[in-house]
Amino acid sequence: MLNVDIETCIGCKICERVCPFAAIIVEPETKKAKVLEGCTLCGTCVGACPVNALSIERKAVSEEEISLYKNVFIWGEWEKKEGKKVIKNVVLELLGKGKDLAEKLGESLAVVLPGNDVGHLVPELFHHGADKVFLCEHELLEDYSTDGFTSVIASVIASEKPSIVLYGATPNGRDLAPRIAGRLALGLTADCTGLDINESRQLVQIRPAFGGNIMASILSPYTRPQMSSVRPNVFPKPEADVSKTGVLEEVEVTLKPVSIRTKIIEEIVYHEESINIEEANILVSAGRGVGSKDNLQYIEELAEAVNGTVSGSRALVDLGWLPQPQQVGQSGKTVAPTLYIALGISGAVQHLVGMTSSDTIVAINKDKEAPIFEVADFGIVGDMFEIIPEFVKIIKEEKAKKVN
Amino acid sequence: MKIVILVKQVPEADKVAVDPETGTLIREGVASILNPYCEYALDQAAKLKKDNPELNIEVTAISMGPPQAKIALLRCLELGADKAYLLSDRKFAGSDVWATSTAIKEGIVGLEPNFDLILAGKQAIDGDTAQVPAETAEQLGVPQITYGVDVVITDKRVEVKRETETGYQILSTKMPALVTMSKGSNIRRIPSMQDVLEARKKPLKVVSADDLNIEESKVGLSASPTQVDKIFAPPAKSGGQIIDGSDPKAAARKLFDYLKENKFLRA
Repeated sequence: MLNVDIETCIGCKICERVCPFAAIIVEPETKKAKVLEGCTLCGTCVGACPVNALSIERKAVSEEEISLYKNVFIWGEWEKKEGKKVIKNVVLELLGKGKDLAEKLGESLAVVLPGNDVGHLVPELFHHGADKVFLCEHELLEDYSTDGFTSVIASVIASEKPSIVLYGATPNGRDLAPRIAGRLALGLTADCTGLDINESRQLVQIRPAFGGNIMASILSPYTRPQMSSVRPNVFPKPEADVSKTGVLEEVEVTLKPVSIRTKIIEEIVYHEESINIEEANILVSAGRGVGSKDNLQYIEELAEAVNGTVSGSRALVDLGWLPQPQQVGQSGKTVAPTLYIALGISGAVQHLVGMTSSDTIVAINKDKEAPIFEVADFGIVGDMFEIIPEFVKIIKEEKAKKVN
Repeated sequence: MKIVILVKQVPEADKVAVDPETGTLIREGVASILNPYCEYALDQAAKLKKDNPELNIEVTAISMGPPQAKIALLRCLELGADKAYLLSDRKFAGSDVWATSTAIKEGIVGLEPNFDLILAGKQAIDGDTAQVPAETAEQLGVPQITYGVDVVITDKRVEVKRETETGYQILSTKMPALVTMSKGSNIRRIPSMQDVLEARKKPLKVVSADDLNIEESKVGLSASPTQVDKIFAPPAKSGGQIIDGSDPKAAARKLFDYLKENKFLRA
């Protein structure tokens, strides 16, 4: 808890001003600081207090117990593409980051791979940095299920005692990870954008708070393993080293049909080779500024001209002008294309957190004050409905020149 | 049949701004709203009620939060919930996902133990973590289906159309169960004047940790496995080149040159 040393407090109100949670006030009657219920022990006030009247008291835990937990684990999520099971990109991205964490700890990196007939995925995991793979095969793991995957992974965690477990924050990752955290009474930090090891060998989990306005670093000091989820495209995918191998451990899985309580009745694949904005190289993204559904043709024309894929902000998805899988932002997808062209997107923080990792950002917006210009590498203050047709014309002219 | 809806009051996040000098949040004038995904859950409950009159569906909204979160629950009552409970206690303050789902589990067990179905939003727009419903389901020991866009009740089972990355799947599970709702066909409705007036007559109770016999050590900051270590400003990105586009032709040419120079245009 946060303690106020009443004797030392001078009632200067600096703590009140710096608190991001409005959780400390200086009472008018006593002129002393008082901690309110919103306090999250973030420590901002402790550092700001000029007379060191504030201190944080944290629960102590035995180091012996913590030190029993070793090694970094990653859930090896796969998906079916044209009937074949393939490892999801986010797993490879996590292997890159996981390697880094494992090296800092002097521990090893392992993948927990539940599934039916998934042994062929193992070499790729070794090539991308896994030292060990726990292969958990069972016919009831042919498709993802909350119950099946939770019980298999939770039991591997319970017996192997890793210090860290990482999950991709995919739809199924977000279904699974909290279930495991609930079962094992563990902390879980969602959608981390940074992971590191501190001097106390703890996992430092960095994530945006309040829609990216501020960042928070989060620790799980008293429980093991420490668990985090990370969205696709946050960490770079490591280079594959095809000469690398590792240890394969086959885990015996005991599952009964009754232990999987949800049944798949039907699977409807709309767009297997669909518009996957997470993997697009160039995204042409539209916001509220397009004004009408018909005007989306401008966006499509531009996308065609630059060989880009169309995406958009939440406003367009809410209006039903764009399907949800094409939404960029905090409640949509996080993307990191080499080029992101934002058209009529003002740049609310919820949108920015989903695309600021893009290599290059181009923005066209009428409002020169729009926050999107703060992150843009190249911005045009102007009317996209005038500029896009001119741009498309230039592209066509240039192409015609080449042909001739 | 009893349906419980889990709801959260959230800041109308578009309007949360940061003071450029101090780097802290400007809270004044930021309205609180009912999390939009919770409204989809309410809408789904209203639809189930309408489609299954023979089931006598009763809808209970439960939230955890400060006393002012009553406003969000009042909105639930306007949108068709029959009664509402707010779990509010200083002892709950500082709860992370684990501690929050513990409090909510205790709330459900204490207030509506014979529930058949729990509906929640897929995530809240302030944290976007999508974790509390699944952890609550685990703590209650019931199956879950996340990212639902439509729910149908058949006998003692629910059938849920669930969004996947490539389309949809239809999942079925035995009740009691928990389902989280994505948007789908559900529409956020505007309550009528009559809905608003009737909501004021429906029961809305504030419940404390003591009312639920929850031990202090099981909830709140001290029971939270995750702890905020530090809060800091996100790294600023250096400013780029901004040009005036009042001459569309010239602007389009400059854009072309920029993209060409940076090798984004294929030959």
